[in-house]
Amino acid sequence: MGKRVAKEVSIAIADAVKLARAEVIAAYPITPQTHIVEHLSELVANGELDAEYITVESEHSAISAALGAVATGARTFTSTSAQGLALMHEILFIAPALRLPVVMVVANRALSAPISIWNDHSDIMAERDIGWIQMWAENGQEAVDLVIQAFRIAEDRNVMFPTIVNIDGFTLSHVIEPIEMPDQEEVDDFLPPFRPKYKLDPRKPLTMGPVGVPEIYFEAKRAQDEAFRNSRRVINRVWKDWANRFGREYHPVETYRTEDAEVVLMIQGSMAETAMTAIDKMREAGKKVGLVRLRVTRPFPVQEFRKAVAGIPVLAVIDRALTIGGVGGPLGTEVRGALYAAARRPRVVNFIAGLGGRDITVEDFEEMADRAAFYRKKRPKEAYEYIGVREV
Amino acid sequence: MIEVRLHGRGGQGAVTSAELIAISAINEGKYAQAFPSFGPERRGAPVMAFVRVSDQRIRTREKVYHPDIVVVLDPSLPSIVNVTDGLKEDGWAIINTSKDEKTVRKMLGGFKGKLALVDATKIALEVLGLPITNTTMLGAFLKATGLVDRKYLEEALEQRFGRLAEKNKAAMQRAIEETKLYT
Repeated sequence: MGKRVAKEVSIAIADAVKLARAEVIAAYPITPQTHIVEHLSELVANGELDAEYITVESEHSAISAALGAVATGARTFTSTSAQGLALMHEILFIAPALRLPVVMVVANRALSAPISIWNDHSDIMAERDIGWIQMWAENGQEAVDLVIQAFRIAEDRNVMFPTIVNIDGFTLSHVIEPIEMPDQEEVDDFLPPFRPKYKLDPRKPLTMGPVGVPEIYFEAKRAQDEAFRNSRRVINRVWKDWANRFGREYHPVETYRTEDAEVVLMIQGSMAETAMTAIDKMREAGKKVGLVRLRVTRPFPVQEFRKAVAGIPVLAVIDRALTIGGVGGPLGTEVRGALYAAARRPRVVNFIAGLGGRDITVEDFEEMADRAAFYRKKRPKEAYEYIGVREV
Repeated sequence: MIEVRLHGRGGQGAVTSAELIAISAINEGKYAQAFPSFGPERRGAPVMAFVRVSDQRIRTREKVYHPDIVVVLDPSLPSIVNVTDGLKEDGWAIINTSKDEKTVRKMLGGFKGKLALVDATKIALEVLGLPITNTTMLGAFLKATGLVDRKYLEEALEQRFGRLAEKNKAAMQRAIEETKLYT
C-alpha cells in the first residue's frame, strides 16, 4: 500500500505524473502552476523520470507540442493556468476532435484584467466548450488520484479524449498536507501502457486533421459529441476499479449531508471543503444544509445530478467566475439548464463569490445558506447575487 | 484544531517554518496543513504563513483569522502590522525581540495574553551568521506550545537543510534555552 507523506500538492501532482510514467511533458511555467512543471523538469533532468521534457516559448507551443507527441503514441502531460490556458484556446478544440488524449492539470487562476495571479475559476469556465473531459479535485489526495486516473480514462480506446484535472491555484497547489502516494507497482498494475490504435509513424503514414468539407464536418462533430457522451461508461468503470484497488471512491456527482436538507450549497474545487466545515457547524445549530459538487463537469452528469437534487427545496449554486452580461454565473446557468426539463427541481439561487483570490470563509457559506433559505419562500429578484464584495 | 499564523519578511523563512511544523505533525501521524499568504514573493516585504494541526482530518481552506498561536519572525513587524489581530484570548504571541515584556506589550497595543519573547536575530547571527530567524523561532515555538514533537521537527529540519541542519538545530536549542515565557 501507498505511504502517507507530507507533500505540497503541486509536488505530489508531479510525482503522480511520474508514477503514471509520462513519456513527454511540454509546458511553459506560469503562476500558480509553476511548482508542478518545475518539479517535473527536475525529475527528468535527474533521470528519475524517463521522459522528454520539451521547453517551449509559450503555452500555444506547449499544447501544440503536446498534441504532436501524443499523436505519435507517447503518454503526454502538460499543465497551465489562466492566461496560459487562454493562449492555448485555439489548439484546445483540436485535441478532442483528433482524439488526442493528452492530460493537463489546470491550476485555476483568475483571468486578467486587472492582473491577478490568484485563484478563481474564470480560466476554466471560459473553456467549457473545448470538448475535453473536465474533472475537479477538492484536495491533494484527489489531485493525485485524478491525475493517475485521467491517463487511463483519456487513453482508453473507447474514450480517446484529452482530459483536464482542475486544482485551485494556491489554495490547493501551494498547500502542504498529508497525501497517500500509491506505489509504482500499484500504479503500473492499474494503468497499462498507452497503445493507441492509430498513431503518427513514418513507416505507416496516415493523415490526422484533414479538412472537413461541408459534406463531412457536421457528421464528424456529431460523432465526436456521441463518443464523448459515451466516455461516461469508461469513467465510471475506472472509478470503480480505483475504489477496489485503493479504497477511495469517486462519483460523477458527490453529496455531503444532503439527506433531509432544505438548502444545498454547490461549489466546485477546494472551497467545497470549507463549505463542508460550514455545513457541519450549521447542522449542529439545527440548520438543514448540505452540499453537492460535480466531480466531472464534462461530460456533464445530467441524470445523476437531477437525481441528487430532486427532493431539495433550494439549491444555492456558487460560481467563482462571472459571465458578464449573461443570465447567471457559468455554473448557475448550466445547472438551471440541466434542471429545466427535470420533473422535480429545486429553486436555484446563484451566488458569485471568491473572485481573484478573495477568500470564501465559513461565515460566507453560512450567509449564503441563510439567504438561500430565505428564498425558499420568496423568489429572488436577480439572476445572481454577489457575496463578499465591498459595495462602496 | 490548533491554528497558527506566522509573520515574517520575505526571505526570513516564515513559509519554511510553517511547512516544517506541518511536516513534523503529519509525520507524527496527525493531520496538518501549511500554506503561505499567496502573493508575488518579494524579499523584505511583510509576509504571512499559516498552519493548522489537528487529530482529525482538516477540511477548511479559509485563511487563519482566529489563530491560537502567532509567531513573529521580525522585530520590526509589530509596529507596522497588527500581529495579534484575531488571536484567541488564551493564545500565544511568540515574538522575536530584544525588548522587555512591558515594552512589547505596549507595542502590541496593550496585549494581555500569553507572551514568549526571544532575541532570535541575535541568536541567528551568532549561530548561523545570518539574520534568518525561522529555525530559531521554531525553538521558541516548541518551548511555548509543545504543539509538535521535537524529534519529528528535528527530522524535518534534517531533511530540509541537509548539512546545514546541525547549525539550525543549535540555533533552535539556544532559543529553547533563552525564550522567556510570560503567562
